[in-house]
Amino acid sequence: MNPLDLVTPGIGLIFWTSIVFLLLVLILKKYAWKPILDAVDKRSKSIEDAINAADEAKSSLAQLNEERAKIKKESLADRDALLKDAAETKNQIIAEAKTKAKEETDKILNSAREVIKTEKLAAITELKNQVAVLSLEIAEKIVKDQLSSDDKQKALVDSMIKDVNLN
Amino acid sequence: MERLFKVFSISFFIFLSFGLLASTSANDSTGSSSKDTAELYNPVPDVMHHISDAHDWHFFTFRKGTADEWHFSIPLPVILITEGNLDVFLSSAFHHGHETVTKGDRVYSIDEHGHISEVSDKSILNFSITKNVASMLLAVLILFLILRKVAKSYRKNNGVPKGVQAFIEPLILFVRDDVAKPNIGHNYKKYLPYLLTLFFFILINNLLGLLPGAANVTGNIALTLVLSVFTMLITNFSGNKNYWGHIFNPLGSSMGWAAKAPLYLILLPIEVLGIFIKPVALMIRLFANMTAGHIVILSLLSLILMAQSGLGTGGAFGVAPVSVAFVLFMYLIELLVAFLQAYIFTLLTSLFIGLAIVEDH
Repeated sequence: MNPLDLVTPGIGLIFWTSIVFLLLVLILKKYAWKPILDAVDKRSKSIEDAINAADEAKSSLAQLNEERAKIKKESLADRDALLKDAAETKNQIIAEAKTKAKEETDKILNSAREVIKTEKLAAITELKNQVAVLSLEIAEKIVKDQLSSDDKQKALVDSMIKDVNLN
Repeated sequence: MERLFKVFSISFFIFLSFGLLASTSANDSTGSSSKDTAELYNPVPDVMHHISDAHDWHFFTFRKGTADEWHFSIPLPVILITEGNLDVFLSSAFHHGHETVTKGDRVYSIDEHGHISEVSDKSILNFSITKNVASMLLAVLILFLILRKVAKSYRKNNGVPKGVQAFIEPLILFVRDDVAKPNIGHNYKKYLPYLLTLFFFILINNLLGLLPGAANVTGNIALTLVLSVFTMLITNFSGNKNYWGHIFNPLGSSMGWAAKAPLYLILLPIEVLGIFIKPVALMIRLFANMTAGHIVILSLLSLILMAQSGLGTGGAFGVAPVSVAFVLFMYLIELLVAFLQAYIFTLLTSLFIGLAIVEDH
């Protein structure tokens, strides 16, 4: 066999290959490549959409989380402020109550002192009066007793004259 | 003594693996002058027969060379146009070259290489469905059925690849995303059907060619010629102003016409030749790669027959494991080459198209 036959293209195979290959391109284009590539494109688009949607959901979730954290932080701050306020108010109330109580006590004490003072004065006056009355009664009794006999009256007059004499 | 030397040399060459092929054929050509070594099996006719086209699909022959030899082969239609007459008959009518076929005033005979001639030397146009054509038709049918199944399977299962679809889809996406897109650019979609068909057509013919008894379709220069002509036509018909400018006015406006004219006497023929050299390189690359692969595998297998003729049956049994191991190794490489050559042909085609349609920057 001539080795050149190997590199000499035969007209028959050229003819059949051309026809078969051309038809194959046309047939596969319609029945294979178009449906397959369309399906692949469609699928990759849906995958892309799904990924985008997931990304969106993720970002909105992150945003939600952020908001939640913010709200939490704010509410914590609010609580702290409230607690602080409450503590302040409590202290204030206590302080006010204390001052008020003190004032009240002072007031009560003062009035008590006044009362005591008045009562004391009254008691002293009463006592003075009583003492005066008693003294008068005693003096009366004594006078009565001194003047009960002539002797005694005479003695008294004597003593009195003696006193006058001394003067 | 000479026999002992041969035993030595053959076993030595077997262990030297690839160097062996050249050496034994040298041995053969020097030995053919002496009468003793003429009996040594010569693999060249069988190898050439296997890689060539044929008019019937031959698998094997029983009792070869005896009176009652028997061929196991599928006859194929012979279609001849001789001086305006269309003659169609089955290749079995030749009875493997033992008989002639008479149609009207035309008498056809077939020689041992499968070449049909007319007895009175009328010129014949041979459009027969040869072994290569039949194999190609079979390959195309298989390809169509596979791809049709794949295309249909996208409708169910929500488009998730499954089974054969999961094998084919990465190849399609590979051709689209790694071959067409980067080389052609944004216009790639127009060329995708051609590139995909090219890739899968070459691939399936390469793969089918590896089956025992199969034809060497992609290792036939006629087929690679047709494919590269298609590529050439598509490339040149898509060529834009830039492309033709680069060919017919490669220096552009960098210098005046007076200076360019003498240069163009040399440059223009080179540029114009380049239009044809590119597809010719494509044609030869695929043809040579596939044919060479087949030759290497067949040669390695022929070693067994050579050992049998030189050393007897014992020698054949000795050589067979080594030979089979090498053939297995070659088969794995050829499997890779089948994909690789389909890829390279498609890649270069899209590269040429890309160069032809690239916009000026």
